[in-house]
Amino acid sequence: MITKRIIPCLDVKDGRVVKGVNFLGLADVSSPVSLAKYYSDNGADELVFYDITASAEGRSLFTDILCEVASTIFIPLTVGGGINTVEDFDRVLKCGADKVSVNSGAIRNPDLIKQAAMKYGDQCVVISADVKRVDGVFRVFAKGGRENTGMEAISWIKRCVDNGAGEVVLNSIDTDGVKGGFDLEMLEAVCDAVNVPVIASGGAGCIDDFTKLFKTLPKVDAGLAASIFHFGEVSISGLKEELRKNGITVR
Amino acid sequence: MIAVVDYGVGNLYSLASSLKSIGADVCLAGEKDIIKKADKIILPGVGAFADAAQKLRNTGLDEVIIEQAKKGVPLMGICLGMQLLFEKSFEYGEHEGLGLIKGSVISMHGVIPKELKIPHIGWNALHFTENKSDIFKYINENDCVYFVHSFFGTDCTESTIATTEYGAEITAAVQNGNVYGCQFHPEKSGKVGLEILRAFCEKEDVQC
Repeated sequence: MITKRIIPCLDVKDGRVVKGVNFLGLADVSSPVSLAKYYSDNGADELVFYDITASAEGRSLFTDILCEVASTIFIPLTVGGGINTVEDFDRVLKCGADKVSVNSGAIRNPDLIKQAAMKYGDQCVVISADVKRVDGVFRVFAKGGRENTGMEAISWIKRCVDNGAGEVVLNSIDTDGVKGGFDLEMLEAVCDAVNVPVIASGGAGCIDDFTKLFKTLPKVDAGLAASIFHFGEVSISGLKEELRKNGITVR
Repeated sequence: MIAVVDYGVGNLYSLASSLKSIGADVCLAGEKDIIKKADKIILPGVGAFADAAQKLRNTGLDEVIIEQAKKGVPLMGICLGMQLLFEKSFEYGEHEGLGLIKGSVISMHGVIPKELKIPHIGWNALHFTENKSDIFKYINENDCVYFVHSFFGTDCTESTIATTEYGAEITAAVQNGNVYGCQFHPEKSGKVGLEILRAFCEKEDVQC
């Protein structure tokens, strides 16, 4: 049976990993290449790289790093951040990315997903949605969670999938950074609405949060987290062992 | 030298890097002469069957691949590249393949339970058939590999060397003599995938 995926996420700015990395035994803790290799060697099922660079110069640095990462690790690699056009897809895919994640770019240009899916296939296009409750309604936020678009989130995500997004990363702004567990209510609403893989993001604080996620919502395909892995609070091998004990199929 | 057939279908970067990482001498080859000189051939591919088959035919590479395979040059098709080895595919119509593996390619729709998602994306376990193929000599039963596909090979019992379970038994790998096919992506399957590629690269060239 298909396994549940565990996905570390790396935020990269000007060619370096940010969001405080605190690893033992890594000479260069903010090198995306050594971190990617570390995760790949230690059981990560996939990696996500977000480019949070603002400048063009930083962006080309990111491209160089991406090529280096892609030639070092042999697991699927998803890249997001600053993807606004089909040319942006082309740029990161040529570096060796397998999937491209779009967020604000798809909000600004609703045709982006359709164009990219037609050119590269659905499996290549990931919709990453930042969602927050506003007066009891799930709303899509843009610009890294700073701007309420006013759009209702579930129908927006459904529309993206209908347009060709082959996977959904649901990042709950409400649970992100709180470390109190994934947003099961929000995830369930998304899982019920779409029939493509759903990746849970935002809120993982401990191993139990992942166990609870996959036990409560068997339709969720993967769990994504950043800081708990970066800080070594949770090791991927330890996490998988615990999931296995709980009857959840992992690699 | 291993020729990775470059016919404008998909990204060959990862495949080339993974082969280089195990010490293989890799050449991305779009020309017949280079493929003819290669002692192993890998046929990659993502996208639609009809389009890919057409591209192989337009460039005349289909004939070269068939010719070399029949001479005994080890050939491996990956993902859509594996499907192209079959006699035909029913992906949006009926299309002819290279005919190196007996069987046809069909959709998972209607074969697997409705609640399962299509494409089949993610890591899934390999189950070997009775006689373990030599390309699996470095890996074990139940090792996981990475799949991304909506169609799969059927009516190929004789050549099936591994299956995976996704609501039904799905063909994961095939072999007919020196011709191999992997539905999964060895170049994205971590250490297990590299070990499959290594076993393939070590195959003796039996060209006569």
